[in-house]
Amino acid sequence: MNEPIETDVAIVGAGPAGLFAVFELGLLDLKAHLIDILDRPGGQCTELYPEKPIYDIPGLPTVTGQQLTDRLMEQIKPFSPQFHFGEMVTGLTKCADGRWKLTSDAGTEIVAPVVVVAAGGGSFMPKRPPVPGIEAYEGRSVFYAVRKMEDFRGKDILIAGGGDSALDWTLNLAPIAKSLTLVHHRDGFRAAQHSVNRMRELVDAGKVKFHVASVKALHGENGVLSSATLAGADKQEFQVAAAAFIPFFGLTMKLGPIADFGLKLTDNLIAVDTAKFESETPGVFAIGDICTYSGKVKLILSGFHEAALMAQAAFHICRPNDRLRFQYTTSSSNLHKKLGAS
Amino acid sequence: MKIIAKDREGNEHELEGRDGWTLMEILREGGLGVAAECGGACACATCHVYLTDGWYEKLPPPSEAETDMLDMALGVEPNSRLSCQITLDESMDGIACTVAPE
Repeated sequence: MNEPIETDVAIVGAGPAGLFAVFELGLLDLKAHLIDILDRPGGQCTELYPEKPIYDIPGLPTVTGQQLTDRLMEQIKPFSPQFHFGEMVTGLTKCADGRWKLTSDAGTEIVAPVVVVAAGGGSFMPKRPPVPGIEAYEGRSVFYAVRKMEDFRGKDILIAGGGDSALDWTLNLAPIAKSLTLVHHRDGFRAAQHSVNRMRELVDAGKVKFHVASVKALHGENGVLSSATLAGADKQEFQVAAAAFIPFFGLTMKLGPIADFGLKLTDNLIAVDTAKFESETPGVFAIGDICTYSGKVKLILSGFHEAALMAQAAFHICRPNDRLRFQYTTSSSNLHKKLGAS
Repeated sequence: MKIIAKDREGNEHELEGRDGWTLMEILREGGLGVAAECGGACACATCHVYLTDGWYEKLPPPSEAETDMLDMALGVEPNSRLSCQITLDESMDGIACTVAPE
C-alpha cells in the first residue's frame, strides 16, 4: 500500500466536468487529483463519441468529443492535475481530522478536504452477456479483457463479439491456444477489414473455428469452465470445449460503489443544492451528469457552470482562513501568471 | 400513433408515439428502462429492442452504422434494432417491440 496522497480536492471522473473543475479550482490555487476507471481522459466524450461532432459548446460551433477533451487537457495543463487512470473508486470515508479519504481498487488513497463526484453516468464497465450463472465464472474462466496472454496458453478459448477487440484477440491468442472458437451473431464484423481477412484465413487453415451463433449456457464446476452451449442462427444448439470465455461487447455505465458512499441519491443521481453543488454530505460535491436538482439539464455546458460554482464553495472549505479574491482571467496579471500567459 | 412496448418483466405498455421522435425517446419517456447512454448517437447499443408482430420486416432495413453498433449489443436476434435509429411517422402506428435485456 502506498502512502496516502494529500491534496485539496479529489475528483472522481475525468470527463469534461471533472477536467474543467481542475481549471476553476486552479484559478483559486486549489490542487486536484482525478481518478477515472478508463485509461484516458474524456469520459463519455472519448469512450462513446470521440469522432462525433458536438454542436452546443458555447463558442465552439462544432467540436468532436476527442477534440473537446484535448482542448480541456491543454487548458488545465498549467495547473498540473494528477491523474489516476484505470482505477475505480471503491470507498469514501471520513478521517479523524474532518477530511475525506477516497480509495481506489488499485490501492490509491487520496486525502482531501473536498471530494467532487463528476462521474457522469457512472463507471464504464464491461457488458456482461445474458448467460445464466456467468458471474460464478468471472475472474477464473470468464474475462472481459486479456491482461496476460500467457494465462491463456494451451487452453480451449471461446471469444464472442464482432468488434476490434474480439478480432484482435482472436488473432493474438490463436497461435498459443489449444483451440480457439469465435462466435458472433452475424457473418459480418464492425472490426477493421484486414483483421477480418486474417481471421478468415485462420478459419480456412483450420486454426480458428467461427460460428454465427450466440452463447446460451456455460458448463463447469467451481467457477472453472469446461464447455459452452451455443445456439446457431437456426436455433440448433451444440457444445464447444471452452476453458476460457472472453466476451467483447464494449462498455456500459454502472453507478458502482458510489451507490454505497452514503450520499443522498435520487434515481441513482446525487442530489445537490444549486448554489454550491454540494451534496447533503458536507464537503462532498457533485457536478455534471451525475448530479440532480430542480431544472437540471444534462449538457456539458451545465457541467462547466456547476464546476465554477463548486470551486468557489470548495475554496472556503480548503482555505477557511483566507479571503477568496474573485478575479477575471482577462484582466488579472496574477491569473495570467498562473496560466503561463504572462 | 400507438406504440406497443413490452418491458423486461414482460408487461405490455401502450405508449403514445410522436411523429418525428425516435422510438428510443418514447420508450425512455415511458419509463421502460432504456438507458440510451449516448443519447441517440448510435454509439452505445443500450437502446436495443426486438421488433415484434412482423414490424422488423415492415420497416426499412437498418443502416450500416446501426448494424455495426448492434455488434456491441447483447442478445442480438434477427429482429434486433437500436430504437434511437427508428424515427416514427404515421405509417408506424401500432409498432410493437420488446426491450432487450440489459
